[in-house]
Amino acid sequence: MTPGAIERSALRLDRVGATLAALGVGGLALGPFVSARPNRIVDGVPHGLFEALPPSLAAFVALVAAAAALVALSQAPPVLRAFAGAAALACLTLALGQAPRHLTAPGDIYARVAPGWGYWLAGFASTLLIADALTRLRFRPLARLAALVIAGLAAAAAIGSGALDDLSIMKEYAIRATSFWAEARTHLALALGSVAAALAIGAPLGVAVHRVTAARGPTLAVLTVVQTIPSIALFGLLIAPLAWLARTIPGAAEIGIAGVGAAPAFVALTLYALLPVVGSVVSGLGAAPPPAIDAARGAGMTDWQVLAQIEAPLGAPTFLSGLRVVTVQNIGLTTIAALVGGGGFGTFVFQGVGQTAIDLVLLGAVPTVALSFVAAVVLDAASESAGAHA
Amino acid sequence: MITIERLTKRYDDDVVVDDVSLEIAEGAIVAVVGASGSGKTTLLRMINRMVEPTSGRVLIAGEDTRATAPHLLRRSIGYAIQGHGLFPHRTIAENVATTPKLLGWDKARIEARVDELLSLFGLEPAIYGPRRPHQLSGGQQQRVGVARALAAFPRVLLMDEPFGALDPIVRAKAQADLRAIQRKLGVTVVLVTHDMDEATSLADRIAIMERGRLVQEATPVEVLTHPATQFAADMFGADERPFRLLSLKSVADLTQPGEAGGEPIAADADRREALAALLWSGRAAAPVTGAGGERLGIVTLARLVEAAAAKAR
Repeated sequence: MTPGAIERSALRLDRVGATLAALGVGGLALGPFVSARPNRIVDGVPHGLFEALPPSLAAFVALVAAAAALVALSQAPPVLRAFAGAAALACLTLALGQAPRHLTAPGDIYARVAPGWGYWLAGFASTLLIADALTRLRFRPLARLAALVIAGLAAAAAIGSGALDDLSIMKEYAIRATSFWAEARTHLALALGSVAAALAIGAPLGVAVHRVTAARGPTLAVLTVVQTIPSIALFGLLIAPLAWLARTIPGAAEIGIAGVGAAPAFVALTLYALLPVVGSVVSGLGAAPPPAIDAARGAGMTDWQVLAQIEAPLGAPTFLSGLRVVTVQNIGLTTIAALVGGGGFGTFVFQGVGQTAIDLVLLGAVPTVALSFVAAVVLDAASESAGAHA
Repeated sequence: MITIERLTKRYDDDVVVDDVSLEIAEGAIVAVVGASGSGKTTLLRMINRMVEPTSGRVLIAGEDTRATAPHLLRRSIGYAIQGHGLFPHRTIAENVATTPKLLGWDKARIEARVDELLSLFGLEPAIYGPRRPHQLSGGQQQRVGVARALAAFPRVLLMDEPFGALDPIVRAKAQADLRAIQRKLGVTVVLVTHDMDEATSLADRIAIMERGRLVQEATPVEVLTHPATQFAADMFGADERPFRLLSLKSVADLTQPGEAGGEPIAADADRREALAALLWSGRAAAPVTGAGGERLGIVTLARLVEAAAAKAR
């Protein structure tokens, strides 16, 4: 390498990093770090980083953010970039927890301090910096799961330590701690239960239409129509038939079938999951190369042996990545189940919208996003390890 | 060994294989040739019931193939196809072990058989056994495909364009290997191909299919010199026929006493090679040597040209 080339490569900026640095630093410099309100309903007053925090802490946060931005800009190795992102995110979030103490008078239980869009932008940029670095590190599936566990433990430690207890969202949580975990269980049961039900129906259906080619087009067409019904309409449409079932069939009401509540939500979510499940089973089973199937039959495998030993393992990555899409979709859709009284995190979202209490909306939205993220990472890792032979 | 009796396959009104009867001797290699759509692949696939015949029957060693369930029948018949059809998610050893495993052999016996076959095909078991198909070259993959077909000691090996995807040099090597291994194992081979060179060089007998019908079944020389139909004659190409005929026999029978100079020709070289050598070096005759390098006599251009004529057999 000539001296000129060395100079050029040292000066060359990382494009993704430059964007993230601009986003993060710009957000912190221009946007409000927090928004403070005298009570949970009224409009907030924006506070910049140096207004929101004691000067020394604000300076420290600014310093860490600037350092992380420099690392992002440079050609630093991915490990260093990941650490820079993690340090920035931890620092921003822990500092955020200190803002209420600085801004509100001691003993003021009505005041609410929520993250402003400056914090959100900088936090978002830090998260992307970590994600980008992890992608560049090309972690194997198991290492990605380990990274996920570490991130989860870090988040749990931050919340469990009480450092964030004064933030508005945590205050909303403190009021509803019991119902929060009940709704979390409902949310998980609805989202994952409906995926499981869709698997129980869709997997055999997918295998069947894979075999009987003539049935494939009509089956997928019907499921596509179901998929196009707006979710709220589908929840609503199910009220009448399920209420009728509950009235007519003895014992139906006792096992929870009703026009409103969890039953229509569960049925609608299952219906939504059905098309992607059947679709990914069909395209997964179609992934095996035809000569391999021909050779498998020629070697003396029965149809079931071909399915179990050749088509299923070769289709597993396609199927699992379809399952990831379905699971993430249903975790999100379950939020709407609250509209028909189905429960889940949507309960907080709709209560919050009703009360114009944005903190309560966040209490429903943030865990939903976190759940989707966890499901996506776990199933992505599963899909990749199933495709490791390729 | 294999008796095909009045075998017919119809798809609606489309007759793909039309009343074909054929007797295949034990230990023979029979090439089934024909244009695409002539029904040759369907005929082959009816032998192991990958395609169920509309009428007629197939006997293997005197036993009607319909007496056995299709998947059990196929475990006793080797099957190798174009593009090898190896299972991409299984190792080479697992691929070869497919049929023995289906037959429930014990682990030690399977392992021994896999090692034996990989060695037979020139693939060191310790090196290639644990690999995946995509880590092998095209020629190696094809050999594994044939090894897999032979794993459970089949008496019959069906091959559908097994060398079709290989480049010419690798293909020639694969054909020679197949011939050697077939002689060693004594397995009966039915080979579908559209490559006439492959058919004439490998097969003991050639069966020509034309629009679903078997129009001729004879030795390569017979098919070459006395084609039953215009189509059978055209398959070889008019400008290729004399050279193909020469390539079927060695120069040994044409050797006569005499003296000639220049590079000698081996007695077991085929006549086409000898003709090419003489034409290229501009000689009218060349010395012929035996396996030990001893002088056997000479072969002349005139005798070779004479032997290239259809009548001169």
